[in-house]
Amino acid sequence: MSLFWITAILLLGVLVPVLTERFGRTTTTICTMFAPAVALTYILTLLPEVLSGGVVIEYLEWIPTIGLSLSMRLDGLSLIFALLILGIGLLIILYARYYLSEKEAVGRFFAYLILFMTAMLSIVLSNNVLQLWMAWEVTSISSFLLISFWSAKTESRKGARMALTVTGAGGLALLAGLLLVGDIVGSYELSVILASGDLIREHALYPVALILILLGAFTKSAQFPFHFWLPHAMAAPTPVSAYLHSATMVKAGIFLLARMYPVLSGTEMWFLIVSMTGLITLLIGAYVALFKHDLKGLLAYSTISHLGLITLLLGLDTKLAAVAAIFHIMNHAVFKASLFMAAGIIDHESGTRDMRKLNGLWRFMPYTATLAMVAAASMAGVPLFNGFLSKEMFLAETLHSSALGFLSWVIPVLATLAGIFAVAYSMRFIHDVFFNGEPIDLPKTPHEPPRYMKIPIEILVVLCLLVGMFPEFLIGNLLSSAASSVIVGELPYYSLAIWHGFNFPLLMSVVAICGGLLVYTYRRHLFKFQARFKDSDEKLVFEQTIQRLVNKATAIHEYFNNGSLQRYVACMLVFAITITAVPLLNLNTVKRHLPDQAISGVEITAAIILCLSAVATVIYHRKRMLALVTISVVGLITSIAFARFSAPDLALTQLSVEVVTVILLMLALYFLPQKTASESAPSRVVRDLAIAAGVAGLVATINYAFITQPLDTISEFFLANSKTGGGGTNAVNVILVDFRGLDTLGEILVLGIAALGIFKLLSRVRLSMSSANENGLPWSEDSHPPILTMISQSLLPLALLVSFYIFLRGHNMPGGGFIAGLITSVALIQQYIAHGVDWVKPRIKVDYQVLIALGVLIAALTGVGSWFFDRPFMTTWFDYFDIPFIGEIELASALIFDLGVYLTVVGATLLILANLGKLTSVHRPTAEE
Amino acid sequence: METVYVICVGVLTFCGVFLCLRGRTFSVVLGLTMLSYAVNLFLFSSGRLSLNGAAILGMADEYADPLPQALTLTAIVIGFAMIAFVVILAIRARADLGNDFVDGREPPDTDKLVKKEEEKA
Repeated sequence: MSLFWITAILLLGVLVPVLTERFGRTTTTICTMFAPAVALTYILTLLPEVLSGGVVIEYLEWIPTIGLSLSMRLDGLSLIFALLILGIGLLIILYARYYLSEKEAVGRFFAYLILFMTAMLSIVLSNNVLQLWMAWEVTSISSFLLISFWSAKTESRKGARMALTVTGAGGLALLAGLLLVGDIVGSYELSVILASGDLIREHALYPVALILILLGAFTKSAQFPFHFWLPHAMAAPTPVSAYLHSATMVKAGIFLLARMYPVLSGTEMWFLIVSMTGLITLLIGAYVALFKHDLKGLLAYSTISHLGLITLLLGLDTKLAAVAAIFHIMNHAVFKASLFMAAGIIDHESGTRDMRKLNGLWRFMPYTATLAMVAAASMAGVPLFNGFLSKEMFLAETLHSSALGFLSWVIPVLATLAGIFAVAYSMRFIHDVFFNGEPIDLPKTPHEPPRYMKIPIEILVVLCLLVGMFPEFLIGNLLSSAASSVIVGELPYYSLAIWHGFNFPLLMSVVAICGGLLVYTYRRHLFKFQARFKDSDEKLVFEQTIQRLVNKATAIHEYFNNGSLQRYVACMLVFAITITAVPLLNLNTVKRHLPDQAISGVEITAAIILCLSAVATVIYHRKRMLALVTISVVGLITSIAFARFSAPDLALTQLSVEVVTVILLMLALYFLPQKTASESAPSRVVRDLAIAAGVAGLVATINYAFITQPLDTISEFFLANSKTGGGGTNAVNVILVDFRGLDTLGEILVLGIAALGIFKLLSRVRLSMSSANENGLPWSEDSHPPILTMISQSLLPLALLVSFYIFLRGHNMPGGGFIAGLITSVALIQQYIAHGVDWVKPRIKVDYQVLIALGVLIAALTGVGSWFFDRPFMTTWFDYFDIPFIGEIELASALIFDLGVYLTVVGATLLILANLGKLTSVHRPTAEE
Repeated sequence: METVYVICVGVLTFCGVFLCLRGRTFSVVLGLTMLSYAVNLFLFSSGRLSLNGAAILGMADEYADPLPQALTLTAIVIGFAMIAFVVILAIRARADLGNDFVDGREPPDTDKLVKKEEEKA
């Protein structure tokens, strides 16, 4: 068994409740408890090793090449957390069985709960800070799911959203902090980080890292001023609250503080921030708790207060304080879980949690009342209960603190004040609910809960008592091993006895208890005073802030994303101009190395025609047909330019693409409005001209800059190996099908995807077409002129022959799959144009989609084929054969690859054009407008 | 010759960008087509301009750079696919929305607009 199994088993355990849900609540509960029970048993077997000071660390290589590995760690601190998470988790599962009703989705609930448990355990068992952070985020998400379990209620949804927003935002800060720490140390392994405390504390970025990590911890642990999400998380079912507030979620922040304590603490900054935050939270929580009428609300604020207490302890500059903090973590988890469960029982059996209605329940549920009283006494810090011990240590430590210099006396005074309120609200929890007169119109008549619902509370309450009376015997070892993994160096001396003699902390405890009783007795005056404050609703403030943020974001978004392509393009281009132009400004070293080559009249003429027709396209772009003619002239000159500058393959490709493009655009014209009204404001035209000029100027400058530099190319390799390695003399084609075959495979894949996308876009499109051309003349009814029909029919075999020839010779002469495919497509499309779709369809019974798939498949399989000869993907093969009568010919696997290219190009082009063309015949002549 | 070539690329870019900034689909398609000419010429010229040097072994003394040619060749085909996609998108938009505007407003029917202008003229 290994620590990784714990996470694995629990993750599997997430599925268990979902699968067993149909067998009823009890079966589901028992099955669900299996995974945590196994994990707990395993951890207990490791107990002796850890208690004797050992640390279990395990590694699992994940992506070793980039230094990522998974690693787990079980030391004293992880151990107590793991025990709390699993132990209380098991009790919560049992409790939830009785808390949730038959109708509720018990399976889903348990699944979320186990997921949450897994995440929590992964936090505490992680030996890698990134892994820890991942688990941290999973707790945020799974707690969101748990809090919003009753998603029909608004408050559940809002509470869950608030918790997710606050803890999620904190999680991001934490990530930044952990990355910083990882960067400082050079490793994300916790064992390395924990050993480099001095390095971190002395680093210049320490304050930044510290604040970011504290932000993560404080948001999670509901420290002031982020405490407001916790009371709203009360909207969760009570088992969830009991779990979130005791052993998990909010304790994750505390765990992080304790985990990073050896590394981050020890500086002025840590003590000041952590202790002050803790102190404020302690006070506010304790004070507000007293005034909450909601049973769970009271407990929620008391949780905040106790979390503040623990934070304060971690922020005090004595070693003993850290021990006390860990001790209180355990105690708080135990009594708070039992109190929440008791509150849940009261809510469950009486129908309300309002303490103004709940009175005198002692008569109805004396047993539950007794349990609740013990737990509440522990919360108040009454002697003989576990809460007393850690509180006593806390009070003692506040006396020893010198964090505030000469003002340090403030800390014990305020701590005592908080203690007074803690006693008062604990009193209220007991007295108001179980005594204090008769219940006021309760929805149900209260009674004792089912037997097994009380078992979890009983276990916890017994723990409260036993730990309170025999602390050293029960948890002495556990505490010392946990403390020694938090504190650097020797453990300080401490004794876990109940009686330390008459001393100052005891006096403070007595003051707190007496003061608390007094405050509770005269609470009416306090309540009256408190009623004069305006009730501020954090939820409202929070929602408003969020709403404001969303509005701002929406406004910005809508400004940039207003649906206008023009604006997007303009923004993008201006941005592109800026980032391209700035480096050019500083580039003074562009010297012309090469003089211009001589230019002849032919080239000048071609350039003039090119420029003129381009400009004409712009000028006449509203007369669409004319613009189409002029732009095709541009295309023609472009292909001539390729031919002139020694690129016959490009010229052939450009020429055939040109034909296809013009046909496409003509078809498009048929479906689009024939004319464009002039609608650009003059200012808009000027702006666009300026942008266009800017982009064109930059492009031309850059082009000129590199075109006049001496050529330094890697193509020597291709030229040298084209014949010997690729078996062809046409270097361009060999590059396409051999050297860079994988690129070409990707390319035809893109082509195929584009064609299929178009096919999808055109399916079931409803088009209205104009029945007349731009001048109002109706379209000719005579759609297929006989001369064109005759010629195209006789041209077809010839054209196919030419394309076959070009395909075959491609390896050695200009040509190849791309060009041959385009020529074939043009020949076939000509048939469509000359005869119409209805004539062609029964004659060409090829499914173009299949053709595309076939093409890509053939090309890919050619690549795969090389595996069978133990060669890397896409290795080509060729050889020469002597065939009688014909002579020596070359056979190359690249030819098969090129066949794939050919088929894809034919399929894609025809799929696009034939589908678009088909629309003209299916719908025609229904159009009218 | 390089200067003239660069000027041509510049003019094509200018026209392409300007057309892309118009408010109708057809103009944008024309602009994209024009831009792809410009881009292809631009990329191609990274292999420098050489006359009578096609990269076919044994056909010339000094070969043109075959690598930019191979890259541009596929770029041309992909460029076609892209333009085709945009064209079909435009047609689809026209079919579904009843207009061919890309400037984000909700305009009256395009053809009516054209008619109105014709009446004015």
